[in-house]
Amino acid sequence: MRVQVATRLALFAVFQLAADPRRQLASAEIASRFGISVNHLSKVLRILGRAGLVEALRGAGGGYRFKGNPRRVTLLDVIELFEPVGSGGAEGDQEGTTPEGRALHRVFEEIDDIARATLSSISLVTALKLVDEEQRPAPDRVAPVRARDPRSSRGTSIARR
Amino acid sequence: MAMSHQKATSTAPDHGDVRIRAASLSDLAAVVEVDAADTGIAKPAYWKSRFEWYVGRRPDRFFLVAERQQEMLGFIVGEVRAWEFGSPPSGWIFAIGVSPEARLHGLGTMLFDAICVRFRKAGVSEVRTMLAKDDRLIMSFFRSLGMMAGPFIQLEKRLEP
Repeated sequence: MRVQVATRLALFAVFQLAADPRRQLASAEIASRFGISVNHLSKVLRILGRAGLVEALRGAGGGYRFKGNPRRVTLLDVIELFEPVGSGGAEGDQEGTTPEGRALHRVFEEIDDIARATLSSISLVTALKLVDEEQRPAPDRVAPVRARDPRSSRGTSIARR
Repeated sequence: MAMSHQKATSTAPDHGDVRIRAASLSDLAAVVEVDAADTGIAKPAYWKSRFEWYVGRRPDRFFLVAERQQEMLGFIVGEVRAWEFGSPPSGWIFAIGVSPEARLHGLGTMLFDAICVRFRKAGVSEVRTMLAKDDRLIMSFFRSLGMMAGPFIQLEKRLEP
């Protein structure tokens, strides 16, 4: 799944701020952490502010602070501030008006459903655990589960249902 | 088998004097009650059959309960399955439930950790479950424990009459 640049910046900023909701960070600090444009990030932070996820603190030492509940706010909540997740297929492909379009729509909808279910089940706290995991030295990391080819299970009877 | 849709929430564990032990037949009524509080349907015959299958019968089947001062607060059920769909032995969790009054104290996490210890002792290194994809709460719970999508995907088809 690909997300727009603004969405990615928003997720990066939210990860940084939600990691310690008491801490305030200047947009320049967040931007330098990820090597991104301060201007672009500022626009993103304003949208996050309007949504009530971050608050801007003015004055000397001002910056941004996370304002939501990181156990409740999900990746989907953040992403949907910037782009829809699951548009049901490509635009302008005559969906709904032809059998081909409707068939494609069903397939795309299945993919969208899974994407939404995944993103809506990952809270910021859970996402930050993944970030921590990525920061650990490789041997300590939980190995990602890889798809296994059932045919590779030599010497076993394979029960399929 | 469907996951019992408990309202589990991951929180910082507050174990107090809770202890986890293997279920016995005397827990049947309490399990039925916890499940009914969650699903809205009392299923005594179903749970009796699950007790017969899981309680004290085999070393690779686990029916655990959490109790405090002889009061049963929650349960988790799972087993080691092998070579279904070509998968080497792995731990499967098919039901978890926590009494509504006992939620938000990390009991679900405690039950999950306890069954994982038993799975490890049984020689498996992966644990799986299956969830309704629109059940955000239970999905968030399992994700907060580090579970992610695995190498299998569930497919189904409506059978024509």
